[in-house]
Amino acid sequence: MSPNLRIASRFLTAKKRAMLMSLSCIVLGVGLFVVTQATTSGFEQFFIRTILGTNGAIRIEDRIQDTMRSMQAGGQNSNSNFYIALRTEGKKYIEGIEEPKLLVDALRRFENVAGVSEVLHGPVIIRSSFKSESVRAYGINVDDHLRVSDLGSQIIQGHISDFRDKPSGALLGKEMADRLQLTVGDSFILESQGESRRYRVSAIYETGVADIDRVRIYLNMSEARSLLKKPTGASFIQVSLFDKDRAPQDAQHMVAVLQYSAASWQEREKTWLEVFRALRISTAITVSVFTLIAGLAMFNTLAMIVMEKTKEIAILRSMGYTRGDISQIFLWQAAIVLMLGTVTGWVLGAVVTYAISNFPIRIRGIFATDTFIVSWSIWHYVAATATAVIMVMAASLIPARRAARLEPGDVIRGTAQ
Amino acid sequence: MEPVTDPPDKIALRCSSVHRYLGEGEGRVHVLKGVSFEAHRGQVYAVVGPSGCGKSTLLYLLGLLDRQDGGDIWINGRLMSNSSDAERTAARGINIGFVFQFHFLMQEFTSLENVMMPMRKLGRLTEAAMRERAHELLSAVGMGDKTHRLGTQLSGGEQQRVAIARSLANAPAIILADEPTGNLDQRNSGIVFDFLTQLAKQNGQAVIIVTHNPEIAGRCDAVRSMRDGVFL
Ligand SMILES: Nc1ncnc2c1ncn2[C@@H]1O[C@H](COP(=O)(O)OP(=O)(O)OP(=O)(O)O)[C@@H](O)[C@H]1O
Ligand SMILES: [Mg+2]
Repeated sequence: MSPNLRIASRFLTAKKRAMLMSLSCIVLGVGLFVVTQATTSGFEQFFIRTILGTNGAIRIEDRIQDTMRSMQAGGQNSNSNFYIALRTEGKKYIEGIEEPKLLVDALRRFENVAGVSEVLHGPVIIRSSFKSESVRAYGINVDDHLRVSDLGSQIIQGHISDFRDKPSGALLGKEMADRLQLTVGDSFILESQGESRRYRVSAIYETGVADIDRVRIYLNMSEARSLLKKPTGASFIQVSLFDKDRAPQDAQHMVAVLQYSAASWQEREKTWLEVFRALRISTAITVSVFTLIAGLAMFNTLAMIVMEKTKEIAILRSMGYTRGDISQIFLWQAAIVLMLGTVTGWVLGAVVTYAISNFPIRIRGIFATDTFIVSWSIWHYVAATATAVIMVMAASLIPARRAARLEPGDVIRGTAQ
Repeated sequence: MEPVTDPPDKIALRCSSVHRYLGEGEGRVHVLKGVSFEAHRGQVYAVVGPSGCGKSTLLYLLGLLDRQDGGDIWINGRLMSNSSDAERTAARGINIGFVFQFHFLMQEFTSLENVMMPMRKLGRLTEAAMRERAHELLSAVGMGDKTHRLGTQLSGGEQQRVAIARSLANAPAIILADEPTGNLDQRNSGIVFDFLTQLAKQNGQAVIIVTHNPEIAGRCDAVRSMRDGVFL
């Protein structure tokens, strides 16, 4: 043990109660920091997982044409299903995908692409014996779609294999099924463009996302094509990735290569993602108040010890201890308390995080969960520690330097008289 | 740094026309009014004089614990009075052993730890050797049986003797002791004084003792009387 550390640990015991105050603030600061980060980022990550599991990492939607060519196209295809959706400086978007097969093949060639699924959707009226509502029918090739979403694990009643095997099968969102009072095996009628057809509920899914569970009814692609009277084309193509974080770059690349608009999940859910980020940062700041108090308490305690120990400081200086040694002795005291507090804080944080992860809370709307969601990450502990170290050590610098500046002659004369 | 005029091997400490003012504004007092002094190796000096004449003030300056307002101080032939704080601190650790008038021990530490503290800073000995040397020094001042007592558990005289042992820890060339026997009975005064004299003779250390005890002063190699901030 270095002489300075030895002296520091002995000085520390002289002011136990004051040090306990800083210690408990550090424990609380570090512990709560970890807990709040674990929950806010837990919910954030769960939200992201829900996005990827429903609407996928990237959605390819509209064809891009520059203004010159699009005017030609508009003239030639005046009787087609596709029309000019939007116009921005020199570019316009043509809604829908005319040649999904070509696009799917091209997309599969991107190295980060894990799955590709074409989707066709259109408005329909759903009619049960109880009531009718207007919803949207989504035509999918089920095996493709299982590769770009978590639809398989979102099934809460029935079996996806029933849907795969029967052309008249349909997958209903939980909210929709509840409102229409339909359960697995019930039959109902879909109406589109004046034609009615009978279908059967193969399974009921729940994503937790209200906009999906209330309005999306999945049909097999061939069935959807004939019901919606769209024998070719697709509304969009959903893409899943191996590395979800590369979605923005990949989307950009796809736009350049395919001349179609490609929206990454980060771009589509920007608003919500920013809400989560703001929440995470603001709780971190709020909880850092504890660490700030720990810093102030440490400042106070050390300043008290310095005042009480001027005599000892003068003795040490007379024995050859340098100014640097003196400030080290006081910084060591802060560091010892900091280490104790931080480690205890980690334990507190981990225990509370674990306890909270079993705490019941029912959330539907943007995702579906019945308990608190936490995420375990070493970085929460690192960030909590960094905050505590910065606050406490910065607060200790001032008293430590004041101790180092004391002139032994002045101190001795002062206490000797 | 300064070239030395006197033979460096003989003179351990020298000061010339040292001035020191204390206090601020109206209360400013000219405490030391041009003090010159030389201490040879192997000699024991007594500094005597009435209370308040400036003995402690001089000792702090010689011990590099305070800065003079005028004059020069050499330690082992090196001009130290205007050196940097770092150099003065190093010189204090290696060359100077200081005994304060008001026996200053580190109260949270035992006698043994107090004596080992300067050795730990210097870091020349192993832990075991430091421990052994501290035991020897404490025994020499009659404290061999109280090595594990905390400073708070010792009487004034006992603390003073531990402080003397501590000042000798790094075998400094110069020992400055401000009334080291002030709190001691005659027998212990004798033990401490004999030990200091023995060190001076054996190891060639220069010992400077401030004392009010005429008997002690009489047994020193030289006595310097101070009055009103100057040596007579
Ligand atoms: N901070 C101060 N301001 C003004 N005067 C001071 C201050 N400190 C000490 N003095 C004066 O300096 C003079 C010398 O003090 P010093 O402690 O050196 O005396 P001393 O010779 O050691 O006395 P004693 O034998 O009582 O220990 C005294 O007259 C004292 O009043
Ligand atoms: Mg004095």
